[in-house]
Amino acid sequence: MSTTVIAEIPGHERPSVERVNYLNVDHSVKSWLLTHDHKRIALLYLISITLMFFVGGFFAVLMRLNLIEPTGLVAPETYNKLFTMHGVIMVFFFLVPSIPATLGNFLVPMMIGARDLAFPRINLLSWYIYILGAAFTLYAVISGGVDTGWTFYTPYSSSFSHTSVIPTAVGVFITGFSSILTGLNFIVTIHKMRAPGLTWFRLPLFIWAMYATSVIFILGTPVIAITLFLLGLERLLHIGIFDPAIGGDPILFQHMFWFYSHPAVYIMILPGMGVMSELITAFSRKRIFGYTFVAFSSLAIAIISFLVWGHHMFVTGQSVYAGLIFSVLSFLVAIPSAIKVFNWTATLYKGSISYEAPMLYALGFIGLFTMGGLTGLFLASLATDVHLNGTYFIVAHFHYIMVGGAVMAYLGGLHFWWPKITGRLYPDAWARFAALVIFVGFNLTFFPQFVLGYLGMPRRYAVYPGEFQVLNVMSSAGASILGVGYLIPLIYFIWSFKYGPLAGPNPWGAKGLEWTTPSPPPTENFEEVPIVTEQAYNYAGTSESAHG
Amino acid sequence: MADMAAHNAHHGQHDAFQHQFEDMEQQRDAGTFGMWVFLAQEIMFFGGIFGAYIVYRVLFHDAFEIGSNLLNVRFGAINTIVLIASSLTMAMAIHSAQAGKKGKTQVMYLLLTVLLGVIFLTLKFSFEWRTDYHEHLIPGFGFVIRNAWGGAGIHVPLFFCFYFFMTGLHALHMIIGIPIILVIAVMAWRNRFDEVYYAPLEMVGLYWHFVDIVWIFLFPLLYLVGGRYLSNGGQ
Amino acid sequence: MSGHVVPVKTYVFVFLALMVLTGLTTGVAFIDLHAWNTPAALAIAVVKMLLVVLFFMHVKYSPKLTKMVVVAGFFFLSLLVAFTLADELTRNWSPRALDWSTAASVTHSPR
Ligand code: HEM
Ligand SMILES: [Cu+2]
Repeated sequence: MSTTVIAEIPGHERPSVERVNYLNVDHSVKSWLLTHDHKRIALLYLISITLMFFVGGFFAVLMRLNLIEPTGLVAPETYNKLFTMHGVIMVFFFLVPSIPATLGNFLVPMMIGARDLAFPRINLLSWYIYILGAAFTLYAVISGGVDTGWTFYTPYSSSFSHTSVIPTAVGVFITGFSSILTGLNFIVTIHKMRAPGLTWFRLPLFIWAMYATSVIFILGTPVIAITLFLLGLERLLHIGIFDPAIGGDPILFQHMFWFYSHPAVYIMILPGMGVMSELITAFSRKRIFGYTFVAFSSLAIAIISFLVWGHHMFVTGQSVYAGLIFSVLSFLVAIPSAIKVFNWTATLYKGSISYEAPMLYALGFIGLFTMGGLTGLFLASLATDVHLNGTYFIVAHFHYIMVGGAVMAYLGGLHFWWPKITGRLYPDAWARFAALVIFVGFNLTFFPQFVLGYLGMPRRYAVYPGEFQVLNVMSSAGASILGVGYLIPLIYFIWSFKYGPLAGPNPWGAKGLEWTTPSPPPTENFEEVPIVTEQAYNYAGTSESAHG
Repeated sequence: MADMAAHNAHHGQHDAFQHQFEDMEQQRDAGTFGMWVFLAQEIMFFGGIFGAYIVYRVLFHDAFEIGSNLLNVRFGAINTIVLIASSLTMAMAIHSAQAGKKGKTQVMYLLLTVLLGVIFLTLKFSFEWRTDYHEHLIPGFGFVIRNAWGGAGIHVPLFFCFYFFMTGLHALHMIIGIPIILVIAVMAWRNRFDEVYYAPLEMVGLYWHFVDIVWIFLFPLLYLVGGRYLSNGGQ
Repeated sequence: MSGHVVPVKTYVFVFLALMVLTGLTTGVAFIDLHAWNTPAALAIAVVKMLLVVLFFMHVKYSPKLTKMVVVAGFFFLSLLVAFTLADELTRNWSPRALDWSTAASVTHSPR
């Protein structure tokens, strides 16, 4: 801790009659577009990624529609574009920024008792960079789309595809820098701006997760940037970097791509894990079981995730010896993930659990993430992967983690902190209902895909043999339920933002500095710099008493 | 403990102070640390391309030696000296702020740094790259594979591809750095920096030294490890 | 931590050392050291880098955290290179079917 001076916030002599908060302090459009307030930037991100989520979802709907009939409904070329644009938008423009850029942006300063992130202007810049990247990618969508898959594998992407590969790659390249800036901001803020008394081991586990995610942002993202740059160069000039016909090695592209993209899957899930630790403790009224283990497992995941990327390349012609090493290391990365699942369950044990909407999402997460993680181990075994690679089993695996895990956690977190963000409550019954619909819809969509994949249905094809139709129709039916499930929260959140009943500072009776300020918080977050004297999640409410 | 006066003393200290921090010290700390985290990002950014270069150098050893031998060591070495000198002047600019010297001294060192940077870029572009162009060594712009290169010839363009990409990316970093240094120089001219507050100066310094380090690796990797001794006696 | 002021003498000394090393690495390149040319060049580059990092960039006088950031950067870079090379260099170690026709005959012959 570098801070020793505790002081009051300047400019806070406002009358307390009509409380000024970050939302109503200024209503002009300019005050939003030029804001330096991390909370407002979080909302800007929230709106943008929600838009991208529904654009990406739109392509998914079309895909599932197409797969109702074995012969397909759209042309195969169109289908190729659908799954590519779905993947690109969902991965790079929704999942990667989802929790960090919205909840993270909002909560990191609040949870550590700071007035803002260390570099507010850079934070705003990161949003504009995101928008610019999204603009390029949407332009690619409009100008005919891309068909390489979100993985951009060479030499197809560099030499053969006739679609808008370069605008898409430029879009992804650009957004990468918004991630980097967010990560930079978080790392510096968490190191340098914690409130007095808030030692590393008193931090909420969400902060640890954000920190680990930021490490991946900083160390991984630049590599995908340079890789896409090389891809663009190769595509424009045909110099042979990745083209085997002129001596290049297309598998090198995959190495560089997955060096980022495997850690990136942890960019998508680590923040969710952080949210989980907050939800589980708040709704079972218990201190987390094994705090240090959960904290360090985040860092362990961040580091080990850089050592396993070759498990995506077992059947590409990669050396079998490298494959062996990557396989063993992939099993290692499952350990910290398993530690977390174990500790959450142990936290639930003998807790006084209540089933509010956020908790329903959290419980859903535990089950679905576990399934996703365990099937990951199937895939990490060399021999099994030969059979499962390139099938719907893979699709099911990663959707169990990315949708069943990350999106569930994101929604759970959004429901949990919504009263803090907006100062208003949403209809709880509807929220629980939506959580249930989503859970059912999700499983109906993706469980059949495990079976399909195991039976041998390849991914990324517009057509399939007739015997797979039943399972595919089940999956499409599930997808429509899932779609409805996502629309319900959209509607009641919009309603609640205007008409929801006032929430008060701490509707859940949760612990953590963010719940000690009014909802919505004032621009400066805290009336005075808080002093922390206790561990995180002190739900037992023991003698060590709270802070000012 | 909470002490309004102490805070105000800090607050009133400098007009560069930003409200999210507790005091100038924390602000400076955060700024420098942020720059380092940014540089870690830069290491991976350049690292990706260095990694790819190393892979291909191992795979196509002969072709890369041929390519390397076609570069002009003299330019490479001179540019190394120029760039290291610019690092020295940059370090001196910061030093003069730390030692409480006048803004003008800082400006002088900063302008020297810019001058050396411009010399580097001039040598790079209007001598080296131009010669390469005339010798048909730029992939995508009329590259000619020479018969003398034998079987390895097909991979020589790959070397040049990396050569231009790496030196180009490095040059781009300098081109971004120079205007920033000039802005900082203007601030220095207005006596914004002294022994207490010189964070922007320090940060741009870190950036510039990093660019120098990239070149410290590019020079041997591209110009030297190409079996120079072979071409020494022969041809 | 407030800025440590490095004496000018140190800067000049470091600069001179860097000059000497530049000369050295250039000279060594023209001598046939067999397999050792590349390691020598890289070793000299690493020394030069250390000089710049430690003195010009003040890392020698910086807190542990800064040192950690620098080390982490290079560590993860080395992972990228090492694991990629682990594939590229061992790819041809294992025996393979020569081409598709022979592979096909191997699988089909028992029938
Ligand atoms: C328990 C740890 C995990 C293990 C051992 C694991 C293992 C694997 C393996 C071996 C593959 C490659 C299968 C193949 O292409 O043949 C794979 C694919 C994939 N995994 Fe995981 N995984 C794990 C966790 C995750 C997480 C946390 C996510 C996302 C948040 C994720 C997302 C993905 C994605 C997106 C793919 C498919 C990429 C593609 O080819 O499009 N995985 N996983
Ligand atoms: Cu993976």
